[in-house]
Amino acid sequence: MSKDNTLGEILRKQGVSRRGFLKFCAATASLMALPPGMAPVIAQALEKARRPSVIWLSFQECTGCTESLTRSYSPTVEGLIFDAISLDYHHTLMAASGTAAEAAREAAMEQSYGNYILVVDGSIPTRNAGFSTIAGVSNRDMLLDTARGAAAIVAVGTCAAFGGIPHANPNPTGAVSVSDLIKDKPIINVSGCPPIPVVITGVLAHFLTFGAIPDLDSHGRPVAFYGKSIHDRCYRRPFYDRGLFAESFDDEGAKSGWCLYKLGCKGPTTYNACATTKWNEGTSFPIESGHPCLGCSEPDFWDGGGFYKAISTPTEDIGRTAVYAIGGGAAAGLALGAINRAKRNKAEKEHEQVTIDDLEKGD
Amino acid sequence: MMTETQLLVWLRGPALQVAIAIFVVGVAVRLLEVLVLGRKADLAEARGSAVAGGMRTILMRSFPDRATLQRAAFTEITGYIFHIGFFVTLLFYAPHILLFNSALGISWPALPTPVIDATAVVTIITLVAVLIHRLTNRVMRFLSRFQDYLVWLLTILPVVTGYIAFHRIGVTPPILIAIHIISVELFLIVFPFTKLMHAFTLFMSRYYNGAIAGYRGVKS
Repeated sequence: MSKDNTLGEILRKQGVSRRGFLKFCAATASLMALPPGMAPVIAQALEKARRPSVIWLSFQECTGCTESLTRSYSPTVEGLIFDAISLDYHHTLMAASGTAAEAAREAAMEQSYGNYILVVDGSIPTRNAGFSTIAGVSNRDMLLDTARGAAAIVAVGTCAAFGGIPHANPNPTGAVSVSDLIKDKPIINVSGCPPIPVVITGVLAHFLTFGAIPDLDSHGRPVAFYGKSIHDRCYRRPFYDRGLFAESFDDEGAKSGWCLYKLGCKGPTTYNACATTKWNEGTSFPIESGHPCLGCSEPDFWDGGGFYKAISTPTEDIGRTAVYAIGGGAAAGLALGAINRAKRNKAEKEHEQVTIDDLEKGD
Repeated sequence: MMTETQLLVWLRGPALQVAIAIFVVGVAVRLLEVLVLGRKADLAEARGSAVAGGMRTILMRSFPDRATLQRAAFTEITGYIFHIGFFVTLLFYAPHILLFNSALGISWPALPTPVIDATAVVTIITLVAVLIHRLTNRVMRFLSRFQDYLVWLLTILPVVTGYIAFHRIGVTPPILIAIHIISVELFLIVFPFTKLMHAFTLFMSRYYNGAIAGYRGVKS
């Protein structure tokens, strides 16, 4: 595929009909909460877009993000658009390795310097450069070097966006997120463990259509996909509102699809599009499969006080604290009471009778 | 810097422990101080049961009194509304019950969230009305000290922050929940050293009042 082909030409070659393409554009517009009138604009822009060069760097990660995006399901328009970008470097997916692979990265950087999109998955170790290297180059150096010529950076997955599991307590490698190291480039955080495939294609489609990064929330995530909490969009929400909760994973409540709040669901504090876009071709999402949301698209979700502990419950043993406090309080109270009694008795003893004569003598 | 999650975990853990410890120690000390001091022996011959009189008064003073209702209808009615509203939202919201269950090991059924939601709104409106009354009524204003306003603020804050956290207005939910927990922890920490102690001492004072009358064989 030549780089000079437009996306429209590439998609038609791949057998995507005009109708299928427009449907994708309409769906993307609605996903990104754009007015329906924007669909033709998206279509027009995507039609004409040249294949953007994408460099994909993988650092301290599990490849789950790449798996999510590439092995999601049978080819769709989103998948083809993803194919239609010029993925010039991705050391998991590319055939080349070693020096040849690094040469491809350097060539891509040189050819589209200032214009390529840098995708990063995985966190970056800072404690020791040797913890994670690629072709002898530390993750930190490779990121800083590659970021220099990037038009924008997409941090894919919670590790790249917020540090993820390598960053979890006690963070042995001193792992940090992309935005911890890079301050002078637009960074789009596509968090999730892994993130939803359509979210990354949506972000790319937005970038190709408008030539700018989408609106981001306070965590640098596209508002279009991370604007609503799982809880607000959850189909089990009516059960929460009615106070009907599953108490265990196999009780009647669980079987009847009641709310999983008591089982530790982090839906109320988690922002992602799972409840609307769902996974595996819209089949379901974790809560629909009967498991509480882990909050995987939020910073520090590994250290959030336990996956199976309800958000409103204490993370420490409050009952024991109260028992000790009662003991301490009782001892202190009795001691103070005894002091007060002694004071009163002493005052009573020192009490002197005063007569009118005594008072008159004082004059 | 602390992230939202770290802040929430800290507030649900160590901060809550400290708040609970201060609350429990403070309440225990203040109650025991009163109890240990004791009362003077009544040398008169008993004409009735002090215990029965005391218990009766603890119970009866929980019901509205006609004479008070006629004299201070606003204070009495709003007093009932915000106290009941406060306790309903505190005790019958499902996430709160989970908290009690994890601390005390006991549980009870929850009310539907729309009911809790409405109760919170009524409680907030009533508390605002109570404050307006305190500010506009000359006698009330004359009697009010800094602590009265502090206690009012500490009472309304958990309801308002809880309501905002439930409806997710403004900042992110972890921050909203964090603010709600902070307001509750402040309430717990200040509680034993202010008029909020009435929640416990009212039973003692009612008992003493009733017991004195009961001993003399008269109505309290």
